[in-house]
Amino acid sequence: MGALPVYHYVGMGLLLFLIGAVGVIIRRNAIVMFLCLELMLNGVNVIFMALGRAKGSVEGQVIVLFVMAVAAAEAAIGMAIITSYYRTHRSVDADKADLMKW
Amino acid sequence: MLTSICAVIGFPLLGATINGLFGWKIKRKAHWVAVPAIALSAIFALRLFSQVLAGHTFVGDLYPWLVIGKLHVPIGFQLDQLSVFMITTVTFVATWIHIYSIGYMDHEPPMGYARYFCYLNMFVTFMLVLCLANNYVLMFVGWEGVGLCSYLLIGYWYEKASAANAGMKAFVVNRIGDFGFMIGLFLIYKFVGSLQFNDVFAHAHEITPAMATIITLLLFTGATGKSAQIPLYVWLPDAMEGPTPVSSLIHAATMVTAGVYMVSRSHALFNLAPLSMEVVATVGAATAFFAATMALVNNDLKRVLAYSTVSQLGYMFIGVGVGVYAAGIFHLMTHAFFKGLMFLTAGSVMHALHGELDMQKMGGLLKKMPITAITFIVGATAIAGIPPLAGFWSKDEILAGAFVHGHKVIWFVGTFTAFLTAFYMFRLIFLTFFGEPRDEHIHEIAHESPPVMTIPLIVLAIGSALVGFAAILPHGGVAGFLNHVLASGHHVAEAAEEGGGVEHMLMIISVIAGFAGVGLAASMYLKGVPNPKTLGSTFKPIYTLLYHKYYVDELYFFLFVNPLVGGSRQVLWKFVDVVLIDGTVNGVAKVCGWIGSGLRYIQTGVIAHYAIGILGGAVILYWLRLLFG
Repeated sequence: MGALPVYHYVGMGLLLFLIGAVGVIIRRNAIVMFLCLELMLNGVNVIFMALGRAKGSVEGQVIVLFVMAVAAAEAAIGMAIITSYYRTHRSVDADKADLMKW
Repeated sequence: MLTSICAVIGFPLLGATINGLFGWKIKRKAHWVAVPAIALSAIFALRLFSQVLAGHTFVGDLYPWLVIGKLHVPIGFQLDQLSVFMITTVTFVATWIHIYSIGYMDHEPPMGYARYFCYLNMFVTFMLVLCLANNYVLMFVGWEGVGLCSYLLIGYWYEKASAANAGMKAFVVNRIGDFGFMIGLFLIYKFVGSLQFNDVFAHAHEITPAMATIITLLLFTGATGKSAQIPLYVWLPDAMEGPTPVSSLIHAATMVTAGVYMVSRSHALFNLAPLSMEVVATVGAATAFFAATMALVNNDLKRVLAYSTVSQLGYMFIGVGVGVYAAGIFHLMTHAFFKGLMFLTAGSVMHALHGELDMQKMGGLLKKMPITAITFIVGATAIAGIPPLAGFWSKDEILAGAFVHGHKVIWFVGTFTAFLTAFYMFRLIFLTFFGEPRDEHIHEIAHESPPVMTIPLIVLAIGSALVGFAAILPHGGVAGFLNHVLASGHHVAEAAEEGGGVEHMLMIISVIAGFAGVGLAASMYLKGVPNPKTLGSTFKPIYTLLYHKYYVDELYFFLFVNPLVGGSRQVLWKFVDVVLIDGTVNGVAKVCGWIGSGLRYIQTGVIAHYAIGILGGAVILYWLRLLFG
């Protein structure tokens, strides 16, 4: 079984990223947007891994570890914000969160 | 000796510090700090005087104060015949003024009382620094310090607008003079490279005559401000707004004598510039004359005395201007006694009459307040140059000096001014103390002052009567003493000996002038022949001119104050401040506002828009990179 060429991995990562991006843009539900955001991050992660392996260096994998750590922290904070927002507004609709808008 | 010098300056400084820091607690007992402080200072000054008399002088530094490159300014003192003469006079007269103040300031609120004594001590401290400094910079510290204290004390009743304004006027007019003084100092430093008195005077001959003239004229500008000479005398009459003992201190011991002292101290420079000497003598003579004429018609007790001070300072400048420095300084000392005395007596009259100063409302006070009246008459006789009182000796020395050195016109003006002086002083006496009381109510409330005020009067009166005899002490009297320092001027003693016969004649003439003034005043204000009122209406234009003080204040307002105020208002305020500065600041804010109100439409609050923005931005950047990278 021969190894898949690297552009397959990159193409899949790009696909994941774009699905995530479109999801962030078109969806209103903050939790779904949040999930899409995770999807974008993971798309990027895949590309990092693939390119890192193709080049034979560990840097790509190292960055992925960092991204995962930061994503975990970000998930905790993001979910906390959404939860507390829900408590006060009884809704997780991102378009309604416009208190700071002029 | 350095210790004693530090004690002379240190005690009043300590007194001022204590009253300044703890006055809120000391209050009514402030004089228990201030008076011993100044008295101890006077005792140490007398001790120094005896040491100098024995031939010991001192020049030395306490510690280096400013060292910038080649400029080296120490806190250093110079004690010689000239400075010891000054500090003895200053501390002696100031001590009695302090004591007098206890009675005079009796009705002041407790806080003001402590503040007053703090300033009074500080005033003397700065004057002593000025007199004892061994370099121009430290002298300038004292010079500015007395200016500051005069501002504080003239404006002592700061809640009164006229007092606050008078304080400011004194300060501002002095600043104009100081400006010249400072430029003079800069030039001295540029051409001599030092500001130590000894260095400057030792190297004075290296300065070109033209530059020496410029420097001395600039120094003299400073002196005209501080010593109230034409054209900067205008602050002194207004300085009457302060408490009377302050006027006494300003006129007698501290402040106004500083200019005369400075010129005498710088005599090595002035001797190099004959033109400057001419200017000094001429300005002195002009001031003496004009100030005396202004005193002729004034009805305000203190203002007459103020103009008289301006006039007498003019005499001192005649003295230093014609090169008889010692006579000028001697007149400074005798004047300190009799003018200090007369101001204190005027204060005593004011105190008795609850602040009344209009002589036209007084009269017949001799019986009500005999000590005040008699001491005043002693002072007036001294200033009028009636022998053998103090003023006769010193004024005569100055006028003889002027005559012998060939300044015949100045001698004539001086002698005529002596006549005017005698006239206006005795006019004041006859209007105030003799004749019928012109205001029943005021006459009713008049009473003699308490002993704490009359004793200083008596002491100073005795002084005014006797200090003149210092002129005929052995070894050349005062002149012989001071000429240890000042002799490098003209050869006074020789010149006087040559003209011995002339000297006696001059003496007789000035005595006649004095008596004539007294006689005319007596006939006009006691007998009414010729009647002052008809005389006033006959010479109405002259009378009005004099009464309005030659309109000099108005002229200065027209020439300087109004253009300055108008220019500041129209140009600096309404254009520079409002249009330029405010315009720039507000303009920046406005432009930011415009940009912001345009940009705020980008912030829709819809997260999708932001996400598209970020994504679009990333794509565009990537695209640009492909294009140009």
